[in-house]
Amino acid sequence: MTSRRKKAVSRYGMMNTVFFLLLLFCVLGCLCIGKYTISPGECLHILAGKLFHLQGDWQAMDEKLLMGVRFPRVMAAVLVGAALSLSGAVYQGIFKNPLVSPDFLGVSSGACIGAAMAILLSCSAGWIQLFAFAGGIGAVALTVLIPKAMRSDSNIMLVLSGIIVSGAMSSILGFIKYIADPQTQLAAITYWQLGSFAYVDAQALLGILPLSGIAAAVLLAMSWWINILSLGEQEARSLGANVGLLRGLCIVCATILTAGAVCISGTIGWIGLVIPHFGRMLIGSDNRGLLPTVCFIGGMFLLIVDTTTRIIGPAEMPISILTGIIGAPFYAWLLYRQRMNLR
Amino acid sequence: MIYEVDNLTFSYPKGERKVLDHASLCLEEGEILCILGPNGAGKTTLLNCMAGLLLPEGGSICLCGRPINSMKAREIAGIVGYVPQIHTPAFDYKVLDVVLMGRAPKTGIFARPSKEDEALCMRTLESMNLAHLAHRSYLDISGGERQQVIIARAIVQKPKAILFDEPTAHLDYGNQHRVLKRVRQMKEEGYSVIITTHNPDHALLLGGKAAIVGKDGHIIQGESKAILTEETLRSIYETDLKLLWVEEAGRTVCIAPGL
Repeated sequence: MTSRRKKAVSRYGMMNTVFFLLLLFCVLGCLCIGKYTISPGECLHILAGKLFHLQGDWQAMDEKLLMGVRFPRVMAAVLVGAALSLSGAVYQGIFKNPLVSPDFLGVSSGACIGAAMAILLSCSAGWIQLFAFAGGIGAVALTVLIPKAMRSDSNIMLVLSGIIVSGAMSSILGFIKYIADPQTQLAAITYWQLGSFAYVDAQALLGILPLSGIAAAVLLAMSWWINILSLGEQEARSLGANVGLLRGLCIVCATILTAGAVCISGTIGWIGLVIPHFGRMLIGSDNRGLLPTVCFIGGMFLLIVDTTTRIIGPAEMPISILTGIIGAPFYAWLLYRQRMNLR
Repeated sequence: MIYEVDNLTFSYPKGERKVLDHASLCLEEGEILCILGPNGAGKTTLLNCMAGLLLPEGGSICLCGRPINSMKAREIAGIVGYVPQIHTPAFDYKVLDVVLMGRAPKTGIFARPSKEDEALCMRTLESMNLAHLAHRSYLDISGGERQQVIIARAIVQKPKAILFDEPTAHLDYGNQHRVLKRVRQMKEEGYSVIITTHNPDHALLLGGKAAIVGKDGHIIQGESKAILTEETLRSIYETDLKLLWVEEAGRTVCIAPGL
């Protein structure tokens, strides 16, 4: 019997290796595809050249396009997709509710306020990102503080508190939009709210990377304990879990991931809700296997969606339009597949 | 002495209706204790306080001589295994993965269970004749099987005491009997066992000690045979119950009168 189990453990490893290779394949493909096509061979050649500081005989324009524009954008799409999916899966696990998405504690609405304020004050792109990050973290802090002030530590209180904070935030956002200059600022806020990778800044991406990387590593290391938390507070405690500490760590890390993602690309809907479900269908509910899986397929999904927006329209279309168009029917199909398990 | 509960007080909502009022009891290692009482009396509250899941308003609980409110969840889980009522989890885990969760008290917060832990869980399932379920989904198996799986999870915690919250609720008659048999067997294997139940007959079947939580929140504790008299049972359940010796079953049973 133990040998069968060994197979199960290595099955996570094998499936996740497959997903990782698929992701790499998609990355290479999407680096080549675009209004101006670069061949995969040349693409690899340039990447290897950059990595090992080699001189090469590729065209200077190709290098500029690949390294200056396409590579940061592709990396941003993969990292944002992975971050949103991972934090979505973690939130669903710790709140033992498969209907939760990463922004339900108010990260996205808080980040929107931050970004909108920065746009209103005519700040530079760097400041908009910083404001968005701070706004996201601030909103979640507020959400977490309300139940504390009421001396309650139940999950329901936290979820309701998230609804309160999100509601208040969207009112404030409405007010900011109302007083914003309709010609320039309002358009910028709306565009930001729908998310886009068109203006990804490589510096900002590198700035966010260390903190997000640590948060993701902590969550992946705690993946088995997320199984325990998903049993509910009381049962987790009866199994010896320090529920307050574990849940707090998960919320902090998942919030950093989401806020980091949102400040790179603006808010992007659906992905944090849909991808964890899809992952569970592929590899099962055990978070030890699921968390790496959602990182890979989430990154892949957003990369493909972003590449599609890059190719199809004459002007850059905001990405939430496509994630919604794809995400909603996809979610309906997933629910149809799982209808027996949802009760 | 594994448990010493002294003058425990608890009320819902806080400060209003007392479900436990200066309740005291004690349990030696290897004993079995059945907690009885009418609906709304503090049976489950008492059990949850003893598992360290609820904080009593007054009084003290000592587990192996140490006050339970000074112990960490992890320490308590190393001594006490808790079997909650059957429920449906939000996510679909494999049976073996559910049992594996019992290894949590021995696992660090950035760690996961080892191969040895998995082997232990598999052996435990085999010893309970549940090995065929190991790779099934926990959502697909029956209520009776789930109860057995959760018992296996408590066993791999390697506790000294196992607490059952109404282990027979939601089970058919055969499964109720099988669970009680398992509970009895746990006692034979040296565990201290505490269960809550709605059926006084279960206390008679299991023998050992019984504790009756009254509507007033007081506890009567003693040997089942001694305290479960017709008079006491009639007063707790407000029904004309009878205790009869049944020759064919070889035991005393508790039955209700005709309707």
